[in-house]
Amino acid sequence: MALGVPFPLKPFGPGLAARLARWGLVIVVAYALVALATPLLIQAGLVADANGGLENPIYGPPSLAHWCGTDRLGRDVCARTLAGSGVALEVVALALGLALLIGVPLGMVSGYLGGGLDRLLVLLMDTLYTLPVLLLSVVLAFLLGKGLPNAAAALCVVYVPQYFRVVRNQTAQVKADLFVEAARSLGAGPIWILRRYLLRNVVTTVPVLLSLNAADAVLVLGGLGFLGLGLPESIPEWGSDLQQALGAVPTGIWWTALYPGLAMFGLVLGLSFLGEGLEGWLSGASGRLEKPSKQT
Amino acid sequence: MSRRRQLLAYLASRLLLLPVMLWLIASLVFLLLRVAPGDPIDALLGTRAPEAARTALRQQLGLDQSLASQYGHFLWDLLHGQLGTSLTNQESVLSVIGRSLPASLELGVLALLIAAVLGLAVGFSGIARPEGRLDLAGRLYGIGTYALPPFWAAMVVQLVFAVWLGWLPVGGRFPATLVPPSGTGFYLLDSLRSGSWSQFSASLRHLVLPAATLGVLLSGIFDNALRLNLRRALDSDYVEAARSRGLSETRVVLRHALPNALLPLLTITGITVASLIGGALLIEVTFSWPGIAFRLQEAIGQRDYPVVQGIVVVVAGLVVAVGVAVDLLVALLDPRLKF
Repeated sequence: MALGVPFPLKPFGPGLAARLARWGLVIVVAYALVALATPLLIQAGLVADANGGLENPIYGPPSLAHWCGTDRLGRDVCARTLAGSGVALEVVALALGLALLIGVPLGMVSGYLGGGLDRLLVLLMDTLYTLPVLLLSVVLAFLLGKGLPNAAAALCVVYVPQYFRVVRNQTAQVKADLFVEAARSLGAGPIWILRRYLLRNVVTTVPVLLSLNAADAVLVLGGLGFLGLGLPESIPEWGSDLQQALGAVPTGIWWTALYPGLAMFGLVLGLSFLGEGLEGWLSGASGRLEKPSKQT
Repeated sequence: MSRRRQLLAYLASRLLLLPVMLWLIASLVFLLLRVAPGDPIDALLGTRAPEAARTALRQQLGLDQSLASQYGHFLWDLLHGQLGTSLTNQESVLSVIGRSLPASLELGVLALLIAAVLGLAVGFSGIARPEGRLDLAGRLYGIGTYALPPFWAAMVVQLVFAVWLGWLPVGGRFPATLVPPSGTGFYLLDSLRSGSWSQFSASLRHLVLPAATLGVLLSGIFDNALRLNLRRALDSDYVEAARSRGLSETRVVLRHALPNALLPLLTITGITVASLIGGALLIEVTFSWPGIAFRLQEAIGQRDYPVVQGIVVVVAGLVVAVGVAVDLLVALLDPRLKF
């Protein structure tokens, strides 16, 4: 289970890792295609509207008209589950993009400059990093209120420390290397040094971290939705749909609970495969991949 | 410097950092709750409440004072173990936490135990043939348990074992028809102490599903960690040396590799606690388990700011403290560690 644990990095053999990464990519692309296609299918009338359904039976079991049944408001569970993949991908992409945009430059600056600012930032980020991811995002989502940008912001704060940490450590390390010293004495400026010597390391580490974090973020977003936080009710989100399904579980209504969770499980599995596979593949290929370490 | 002095210096620096981190967390939570858009008064009373009621509540919450003075009061109270009072029922936040913490600990400890036993068993099973079927299955088990949304897994478990098979209760901690055991708040211990079998079995029946669900979900962490560390130990020179002395493979694994692979697991257990809390939050809500995470969810729904603040500070403090304790324990136990 995710929710805050940096997944223990374990090298798969290169062949196996490449296969795992390929499978992960196939799954993630499939979800992306579903996300793109669902609005079109809804417009074409092939899939029911995710929020409509006043005329439908409440808690109708799966039938020919509604393959995955209907929920407590008569909404089509299939349609909501399909529409949920777009929502999840959108929020997670927004959150992680923001986290990258904040964490990477901040890590570079902190690692390159060093000194008091660096120590302060490291302490702050380490403190944020020790907090359970879900607890932190619950507090943030509680404060920021409901909405798509709000949920993305709440998730983003959680992941900034990870990028900060990786980039900062690599920057500090690169800075101390002899060849960098040499480059500097030849008159290379900080920006040139960072671009020339750091970028390659970061380019190999960040995609792994990004896909593993995306997997984690899908779970956290679902967790927020399940706790009644995150996205407004009009947006079909797996977690909040599961929260609504929870009340019906004791009566044995399984279809409202099964499909959204299954969809979420699949996406997280795909993203984890991708991340794990990439990690093993890259470390097997280059042999010098820096792992994000706990201690600074 | 001798190792002993290095060790002491390390212990001192970690211990000194602990209050700083706690202070940072508390300040962060405090600031977040004040800086957040929206007036808590609006959230509590609605925008159309009479002005007198708003002013009274503002005063009661101390929101009429300056931010600096509020912060001063907050830290002062915190230093004295005061976390404020709940807005909904005037109960002190400390007693809210004291009431619900045993339930969470009971669930958490049992789940951690299940996770460790199950995860270590799965992780160890693949060791005979690396990259073999069993080994691969174990790895997929690790990723699979990671990818399962905890609340969904809990709902599926409820549907199968409680609703369809009817073996165990769907949720809650104790049947409403019985009198719950009194004492420490740990129902299993309390009922054992008073020797009441009906109370014990009722508590256990309610505990099984949430603890098992959480345990299975967390076991992947132990599985992965043991696999990784065992592999690393088996690749090491001392295992090579042991093998070349003609020791049996069983002896090499059990006596030479395993002890070295187990120590890092202590660190993993520490990390797991943070994860446990995230999982417990969702599991408690799904199973209506009246622990601290369930109260937090309740307080969020009621916009009960002092309770939210108190629970977050206490839980975060616990996590940080456990992390530091584990670091210290590892430093004491592992003579190879350099600082």
